[in-house]
Amino acid sequence: MTTFIEATLTVSEQRKRIHPHKFTLWVGLGSIIMMFAAFTSAYIVKRQQPGWTTFEIPRTFWYSTLVILASSVSMQLAVRAFKDREMQRYRRLITLTALLGVLFITLQLLSFRQIWFTGVTMRGSGAGQFLYIIAGLHALHVLGGVIALLVLFFKAFSARMRSYNSVPIEVASTYWHFVDALWIYLFIFFLWIH
Amino acid sequence: MSNELTVHGHPGVAAPDIHYEDHEVHHHKETFITKYVFSQDHKMISKQFIITGMVWAILGGLMSVLFRLQLGYPDTAFPFLEDLLGKWAKGGKIQPEFYYALVTMHGTVLVFFVLTGGLSGTFANFLIPLQIGARDMASPFLNMLSYWFFWLASVVMVSSLFVETGPASGGWTSYPPLSALGDASQGSKAGMDLWIISMALFVVSSLLGGLNYISTILNMRTKGMSMTRMPLTIWAILFTAILGVLSFPVLLSGFILLLFDRHAGTSFYLSDIFIASTQKALPNEGGSAILFQHLFWFLGHPEVYIIILPAMGLVSEVMAVNTRKPIFGYMAMVGSLFAITILAFLVWAHHMFVTGLNPFLGSVFVLLTLLIAIPSAIKVFNWITTLWKGNIRFTPAMLFAIGFVSLFISGGLTGIFLGNSTLDIHLHDTYFVIAHFHIVMGVSAFFGMFCGVYHWFPKMYGRYMNNTMAYIHFWVTLVGAYLIFWPMHYEGLAGMPRRYLDYSGWASFNQFGELNRFISTVAMVVFAVQLMFVFNFFYSIFKGRRVTSQNPWGSTTLEWTAPIRPGHGNWPGEIPEVHRWAYDYGKDGRDFIMQTEPIGDHESKH
Repeated sequence: MTTFIEATLTVSEQRKRIHPHKFTLWVGLGSIIMMFAAFTSAYIVKRQQPGWTTFEIPRTFWYSTLVILASSVSMQLAVRAFKDREMQRYRRLITLTALLGVLFITLQLLSFRQIWFTGVTMRGSGAGQFLYIIAGLHALHVLGGVIALLVLFFKAFSARMRSYNSVPIEVASTYWHFVDALWIYLFIFFLWIH
Repeated sequence: MSNELTVHGHPGVAAPDIHYEDHEVHHHKETFITKYVFSQDHKMISKQFIITGMVWAILGGLMSVLFRLQLGYPDTAFPFLEDLLGKWAKGGKIQPEFYYALVTMHGTVLVFFVLTGGLSGTFANFLIPLQIGARDMASPFLNMLSYWFFWLASVVMVSSLFVETGPASGGWTSYPPLSALGDASQGSKAGMDLWIISMALFVVSSLLGGLNYISTILNMRTKGMSMTRMPLTIWAILFTAILGVLSFPVLLSGFILLLFDRHAGTSFYLSDIFIASTQKALPNEGGSAILFQHLFWFLGHPEVYIIILPAMGLVSEVMAVNTRKPIFGYMAMVGSLFAITILAFLVWAHHMFVTGLNPFLGSVFVLLTLLIAIPSAIKVFNWITTLWKGNIRFTPAMLFAIGFVSLFISGGLTGIFLGNSTLDIHLHDTYFVIAHFHIVMGVSAFFGMFCGVYHWFPKMYGRYMNNTMAYIHFWVTLVGAYLIFWPMHYEGLAGMPRRYLDYSGWASFNQFGELNRFISTVAMVVFAVQLMFVFNFFYSIFKGRRVTSQNPWGSTTLEWTAPIRPGHGNWPGEIPEVHRWAYDYGKDGRDFIMQTEPIGDHESKH
């Protein structure tokens, strides 16, 4: 019995552990989830109180959803290109991903503008005000991802250092897919609980 | 004292240290800036945290002395206060706005900046890599950022003390509408904005720290260090970090909505209330101040465990070392920490029993709240059984550990009163609450922190703190803490409400005038003794008796296998391998067996 336990222990010690930076990211994602969970539960609580107002969901949100889904695909392709050491393709793909991210943010802002012009300003505390804050903070998180990609981009073009360590790009791609999924959740939330 | 016995133990220990530093130099050169300011070494970051925390503790303690002066002597004018505070103490008497600012800042500073930043920041940073056998944190850079965000938060908070309209004054819980409405009071203006910004920075600092602590503990343990071989300090810090990472973001959400209510005209928390100062009703509609309370206490309750769990961990470890016995019920200790962590998220509404909460919902929260008594009682039982028949060494650290248990019992018992929603109708917002939380989380957590400082100071600075001063510090603080807070229970049961600056005109409570004066006097004495502790700390850094052996307390854990003054990287050669749990004291006729020693052939099971 004891030898069996010792054997499993050594095996589990030898198994390749997850890279600490990746793990840190996962824990960080947990805390971002808690932040948005707080917002959406505040939304649910608030919805049941008098004076709740709603708004029309603009079509641009569907476009931005498509854009962020596309960016996830290009991100995944970029990771594959990096692992295949196809640096040319990798550079093109992370540039594309970052541009799609910027496009997503722009589309979000355009949607805000449309809602704003239907008369939903910051006055009040209905679905519109929540949307500005929640989707706005989400856009900030996407912006953080774009900045991370810019850092990777300059690293990829630096002649001084050539790095084939895939951890940074994997961390960035996990984060990118996360903000994508987060937006899908938020979008469904706004469509559903309206 | 037994540490004298080991003085002659290892004469040549300093040598590998020097060798190590030589060895390190060629791959990263340390300048003054990288070594002492923007350091990425977890040991230096922990020192930065404790010293910043001490500065905050002095400031926060001084605030309490000021308002205790007011409470003890409401009719007396103190001209020196006007010299010191200017218009806030016109005619030598503390003005009402400033009194509120003082209690608000006292709470904020001690809860967040001292007992969260100062306590977790110090011991998580110092002990995690050293006790689990890692060279540093998972991300030393994030760790450095965590300190500097704490520092920025501190600078913003200190600067709020100097704005013309004064610092935030709506209570440390910053309930709207006082916190959401600039017109509501002096402290609701610029001071409140700075308060929110500072707290947001503080949340970022806690999150960066917490992420690092969790991933370091789970991923960077040395060979052989399975989770159940970890010292209880590390378990406690792990659960603390999990609590922080899951609850602080919720507080941040609450603050973001608060900022929008303050500046963008939204009505998340504000409704059409009438404001006396402007003689107008607000244009806002439909806001709910209770929503903020939910968001706040969803952090606020885990926060009290964020404060107390590290203290519990430190106490458990110090107690095992100084009774020369294994900690009683190691797995029960871990299990109860886990239970407390889960329950911490399920009890927040017990702070809101009198907000018009549905009484049925209230009774659910009563049940969940009282359930916390079970893991707490398990822990207390285990500490007492660890002491039982122990070969106790009454070092200052050990005294503080025992003091912690005493205070935790005293304060925990009143928690059972307050956890009942029916009793809470009478007791809420009285001095009974003040007495309860100051004993169970304020003074207790401080005792845990002192216990940790006295015990690990030799590892931090390679010198001992002065024992005479430490014993005076302990006895005066313990007796003083009870003398300050015990009478407050009676005042609270009599219905004396908190947050008033003068009770003398109140027929029901002016009988307590003498008692208040007594409490104030003791508070000042206790504060003075804390200054002596600070003096002892800094004096001992430079002049304390040198540590001459690697393992002065005869402890089993890994930090005592590192050189007396470890360099960046902690161990000069290989990281030690671990073969046993952290509590092999008094085993097979041996005083202690270090974690690095392989299990012998004829060794008994623990």
